[in-house]
Amino acid sequence: MKTYEIVIIGGGPAGLAAAISARKAGAKDILILERDKELGGILNQCIHNGFGLHTFKEELTGPEYAYRFMEQVFEEKIEYKLNTMVMDISKDRVVTAMNKEDGLFMIQAKAIILAMGCRERPRGALNIPGYRPAGIFSAGTAQRLVNIEGYMPGREVVILGSGDIGLIMARRMTLEGAKVKVVAELMPYSGGLKRNIVQCLDDFGIPLKLSHTIIDIEGKERISAVTIAEVDSNRKVIPGTEERYTCDTLLLSCGLIPENELSRNVGVEMNPVTNGPVVNESLETNIPGIFACGNVLHVHDLVDFVSEEAKRAGENAYKFVSNGCKEEKTGKVVEIVATQGARYTVPSTINLDRMEDKLTVRFRVGQVYKGAYVSVYLDDQRIMHNKKKIMAPGEMEQVILLKNKLEAQENLHTITVKIEEE
Amino acid sequence: MEKRELTCIGCPMGCQITVELENGEVKSVTGNNCGIGDKYARNEVTHPVRTITSTVVIEGGDKPRLSVKTKGNIPKDKMAECMKAIDSVRVKAPIKIGDVVIKDVCHTGIDVVATRNIYSE
Repeated sequence: MKTYEIVIIGGGPAGLAAAISARKAGAKDILILERDKELGGILNQCIHNGFGLHTFKEELTGPEYAYRFMEQVFEEKIEYKLNTMVMDISKDRVVTAMNKEDGLFMIQAKAIILAMGCRERPRGALNIPGYRPAGIFSAGTAQRLVNIEGYMPGREVVILGSGDIGLIMARRMTLEGAKVKVVAELMPYSGGLKRNIVQCLDDFGIPLKLSHTIIDIEGKERISAVTIAEVDSNRKVIPGTEERYTCDTLLLSCGLIPENELSRNVGVEMNPVTNGPVVNESLETNIPGIFACGNVLHVHDLVDFVSEEAKRAGENAYKFVSNGCKEEKTGKVVEIVATQGARYTVPSTINLDRMEDKLTVRFRVGQVYKGAYVSVYLDDQRIMHNKKKIMAPGEMEQVILLKNKLEAQENLHTITVKIEEE
Repeated sequence: MEKRELTCIGCPMGCQITVELENGEVKSVTGNNCGIGDKYARNEVTHPVRTITSTVVIEGGDKPRLSVKTKGNIPKDKMAECMKAIDSVRVKAPIKIGDVVIKDVCHTGIDVVATRNIYSE
């Protein structure tokens, strides 16, 4: 069985950045396993601009951003296999994969980085009543059809869900000549970035109906109309608010789910809020030598943050390899608890010995907050109390913890992140 | 004094910006956290601009579509016209990131350029 120092599952933004940083840290043999026929992952179909402002200080499109990383992978001569599906990973870090050239094969990895990304919540998970005709796509599928394959999915479009991909596709379909009639969002706030509401909906006069959902789909062969109705605070339909929209296409942009089948099978502990692995400060899962980064860990809004997170995963994976692949049991471990409006944190624990001088902890809030504070407590003592003009579930928040502050706290047991209103 | 509330589209922070105008002239910009916001707000209330991204048909390549963008912002009211120009273009592989696909699109002074590499089939 061939051995690699680091095997990375997924060649999207997370996998690429992890590979490059592991190489720069000193890893000699790295292998990226990618399911698609090219590297770059979902960025290849995200042809809109807005990527890279943090990483490169300029505004790039998705394919351009991906290529900046692919170039480095080529320069560093990092090995990768395309059209390759990973079937299984084991606790002792054996990766089983297959492709057309090699058939089924196994690789011993000294460390594994999970970078499989996420996928869209499908219609089957949404419980929309009505017929099951053609013409219903996830927004990402439509994006692939339009931007990569060059097909128009339809001409009269309704979009359910206001996630970023749905908003981006509202603009894209409009620019390509389709009529986007409405975007309906079940929640009282949008799941997408504010800038996308402005430049994708407002610019084109596309109405966004918050607290609205689809209650009926018509059409035998092809979708012909949907009925949209308002919902109350319990998400129950308010009778009398129904409106019928004729359409030939329905796009669904109703959330993303980290793709963790491999992680679950090998026994990686999962966080029920993120649907991603529980990780420590090194982005390592409960299984020593298995790391996670990017959207497989928790769904991000910004690829720049994915790249940054993946860089750390790559460095830490190589640290594990260069330390002889041993589980480190030394060091004081502190738990991070998310409560009162903060839904989760990544990471979930910090080993103070292994923590760098600064650690970025990312989280999401559970509702829209205006003028509330992000607070951090070390046990009972509040050490951070930052006022935020606005916070929304669709936009990830962060706090930066300093190692010297944590070490200065005697008998530190728990770090708490919460939202406090005045 | 006229007041306009804007959401900046310069980056994902989406700052809420207030612009004060008098006789069509910008008197103040507040709420932005950086220069991008200031520039965006001034443009937006006088002559709004956008970047367009789309695809064009490519022949003889390993992919059927080439993704493109306007290399800078173009006037917002020229978006539809530029889309027409982009739609009418056909290019031949190979193409590299940054290659000019349309020069000075719709007399905006801005080029449309490729945003990915397409290799010959």
